[in-house]
Amino acid sequence: MPVILEFEKSLYELEDKVRQLREFSRTNNVDVNHGIQLLEERIAETRKQLFSNLTAWQRVQLARHAERPFPRDYASRLFTDFLEIHGDRRFADDHAIIGGFAKFDGEPVMFIGSQKGRNLKENVRCRFGCANPEGYRKALRLMKMADKAGVPILCFIDTPGAYPGVGGEERHVAEAIAVNLMEMFNLRVPVICVVTGEGGSGGALGIGVGNRVLIMEYSYYSVITPEGCAAILWRDPSATPQAAESLKITATDLLALNIVDDMVPEPLGGAHRDADAAAKMMGESLRKHLAELRKLSPEELRTQRYDRFRKLGRFEENLPTLPAAAKKD
Amino acid sequence: MALFKKANYTIVTPPQKKEIPIGLWIKCKGCSQVIYRTKLEENLQVCPQCGFHYPMTIDERLAQLVDKDSFQEVDADLTSIDSLNFAGTGVYPEKLAKDQKKTGLKDAIVCGAGKLDGSDLALGIMDFRFMGASMGSVVGEKVTRLTELATAKRLPLVIVTASGGARMYEGMLSLMQMAKTSGALARHHNAGLPYIVIMTHPTTAGVMASYATLGDLLLAEPGALIGFAGPRVIKQTTQSELPPGFQTAEFLVEHGLIDRIIHRAELRRELALFLGYFAGSLKAPRKAKAS
Ligand SMILES: [Zn+2]
Repeated sequence: MPVILEFEKSLYELEDKVRQLREFSRTNNVDVNHGIQLLEERIAETRKQLFSNLTAWQRVQLARHAERPFPRDYASRLFTDFLEIHGDRRFADDHAIIGGFAKFDGEPVMFIGSQKGRNLKENVRCRFGCANPEGYRKALRLMKMADKAGVPILCFIDTPGAYPGVGGEERHVAEAIAVNLMEMFNLRVPVICVVTGEGGSGGALGIGVGNRVLIMEYSYYSVITPEGCAAILWRDPSATPQAAESLKITATDLLALNIVDDMVPEPLGGAHRDADAAAKMMGESLRKHLAELRKLSPEELRTQRYDRFRKLGRFEENLPTLPAAAKKD
Repeated sequence: MALFKKANYTIVTPPQKKEIPIGLWIKCKGCSQVIYRTKLEENLQVCPQCGFHYPMTIDERLAQLVDKDSFQEVDADLTSIDSLNFAGTGVYPEKLAKDQKKTGLKDAIVCGAGKLDGSDLALGIMDFRFMGASMGSVVGEKVTRLTELATAKRLPLVIVTASGGARMYEGMLSLMQMAKTSGALARHHNAGLPYIVIMTHPTTAGVMASYATLGDLLLAEPGALIGFAGPRVIKQTTQSELPPGFQTAEFLVEHGLIDRIIHRAELRRELALFLGYFAGSLKAPRKAKAS
């Protein structure tokens, strides 16, 4: 049984009809090809319509789709020779962030990715992709290892946020994130971060300081969940879609704000409809950006990363109260 | 179930009007005794009976922490704008205008350079009364510029923090300030310069997960609430009771994050002492990591 989002229902109903027609044609040996063709054209048209007019909240739902490919699904399609490395050398191995050396197009990279589960057991293990301090500390350990090895770092981000727990506070998750933010600016290798699903606030940013920050078409990246924002600012859960809209969290919004540098397109209907095609599109984007970054020296990479984040922010300053200046001519 | 609902900690809300002493005396939040307002002011806004630390204004902090007339504010005219046109209703500009009027500040932080016992320092002070001292583009930019100034002039950096987190009205622009400020601090640290954080009540969320925990020294005022996630969210998620004193400065000393809790009466003296111990770092840049 596929997971069907509310707004996709009409599509799945049409697809169901096609299946029924096929079944009918098979059992009764009747040619219904024309009917099927018409229906399929309608499905394609409906899908195109639907997906070119998605609301922010619908995009959030796609980003959280239970069948959406997870970072490890992209990694297994894009990389070879992956050697996972465990643990933060201090407390534990966090399953919410995984990573290790791998090869991309035969060249070594350091892969770091959020990890969500496909079933309850997996989700208990990785807390639905919400990392503890150990996850961030492991990630930093791997990044420093990559820095030593001179190997580019690829971070795939798909997390609702850092895990809000007593242990996380006792072991200082805030400090773990802060140290990552600071230390990532010191890295002398190319760093590319891709939001592949949910970009949940500081928990996402904790592995998100890249020379390039990319986002997949139906992903979101937000300072707070739309639900959380609706609860705080509207005090009304039904305002969630409005909050999603207001926060400007979709790929196109974030491109316009320069929060992300590029959008990785997804197959029509979303990455979960065709994980292979989605991985291929992501691979192409990574290849392009990696090639550009490989041209920079270690120092240039650090400077570029600093300058990239340095210019983010919008405010007013020195509002000039100039008298109507006489025009020179 | 009642157990789960009743909190054994103080839920942080920006001080409301009723909490600000208006009359001649107030009932202390710490010991319930009556204290005269003038006594409180004379005592650095600390209850003389029980030591409860009340919020201080930025002017009061400056009067306490820097030499008279030595403070020169920088970037005073940076002003927040409703860059996302949040919810299209002018909610954010209204809130800004209201808190600007209430506090006399342009935003939640004042930055500048001053002297403490004759020694130079770069100093930033946050004020929780201004929109819960949330970090938007202005707070992030001012912290970043102050840090860059300290790096360029080889000054020690001191930030007195308070914050409810990111400023939601600026969406992802506010989250990016966490990275921006941390990047500037990377360069300050790489230059071998000291950075001291003084956490006041409350220091939480995005500010805690960036410049508030990146100091060489993390100092805190007694009783300050310091935490990343909200206690209610943690309770809901984990379905368990929170340990006593959870997310207080005292709890975090026990758990190894905070270096030292300093009573406000000792803050100036101890800060000057600490800065003195770091004096060797301010001279010539040592051959360390290139920045
Ligand atoms: Zn008292």
